[in-house]
Amino acid sequence: MHVSYEVRAGDFSIAGKVSSTVKGILKQLNLTPAHVKRIIVALYEAEVNVVAHSFGGKIDCDIDSEQVVITVSDTGPGIADLELAMTEGWSTATAEVREMGFGAGMGLSNIRKNTDILKIDTGKGKPTIISMTFRLAEGAEHA
Amino acid sequence: MKLSDVVQIVNGTVLCGQENLEREVRLGFASDLMSDVLTLLADDILLITGLSNNQAIRTAEMSDILQILFVRNKRPTKTMLDLAHEHGITVITTPYSMFRSSGLLFKNGLDPVY
Ligand SMILES: Nc1ncnc2c1ncn2[C@@H]1O[C@H](COP(=O)(O)OP(=O)(O)OP(=O)(O)O)[C@@H](O)[C@H]1O
Ligand SMILES: [Mg+2]
Repeated sequence: MHVSYEVRAGDFSIAGKVSSTVKGILKQLNLTPAHVKRIIVALYEAEVNVVAHSFGGKIDCDIDSEQVVITVSDTGPGIADLELAMTEGWSTATAEVREMGFGAGMGLSNIRKNTDILKIDTGKGKPTIISMTFRLAEGAEHA
Repeated sequence: MKLSDVVQIVNGTVLCGQENLEREVRLGFASDLMSDVLTLLADDILLITGLSNNQAIRTAEMSDILQILFVRNKRPTKTMLDLAHEHGITVITTPYSMFRSSGLLFKNGLDPVY
């Protein structure tokens, strides 16, 4: 099953809408609550990052019985130093983003903790493309 | 403790989810940082926060948190309460500060997450 949604930059009134919709789908597909939670926490962090830090983008989800693959891509401005950005506590969030309760610099590490495979393609002045794979098979439960 | 106990202990007002006051809550977590809340793995958590905006409700939804206590009389908007209602989240508000609310709830047996 494939679904795709657009994410608008800067619009905090609707940030989380896509994650909420996808959560509904995963629940309907009878994924375990533990699977749903880690997929949705990672997705929500990535969605908020697109709203907070990018020019806007989209979310693509591919769901089958073995795995869920979610690609969150935006049109820039990219992350110049990814290793630094992955460090807990490092953030360039604006005052507006902080007022929304974000900007602790924990999102990317939260994403890493909740994914089985995480690929991030980015760079200064480039789009950021985050591909997250979650395995659903018995025994593949993430620690 | 029951949510009705929470309401009583913090002198709270229930703004949404009146029908769930018999629900048990085991743990408390006080934060205004949503990414911090999103690291929690436990169930049956009461989120205590001074952050009154849509993202507080969204974060609870994503984390499977079914009860939020807003401190210092923060008044959630109609949009926030509609969102909370849609996801079965009980919303309580208290005149007390985050420190006082947390202290009272802890003293009365609500356990910390960490
Ligand atoms: N999609 C993106 N486009 C451009 N920069 C990004 C993007 N995602 C993250 N970043 C950069 O990486 C930093 C760290 O991101 P991370 O999600 O870990 O923390 P945060 O969003 O600042 O705060 P938190 O997620 O804890 O609320 C951001 O502050 C921002 O500079
Ligand atoms: Mg973030």
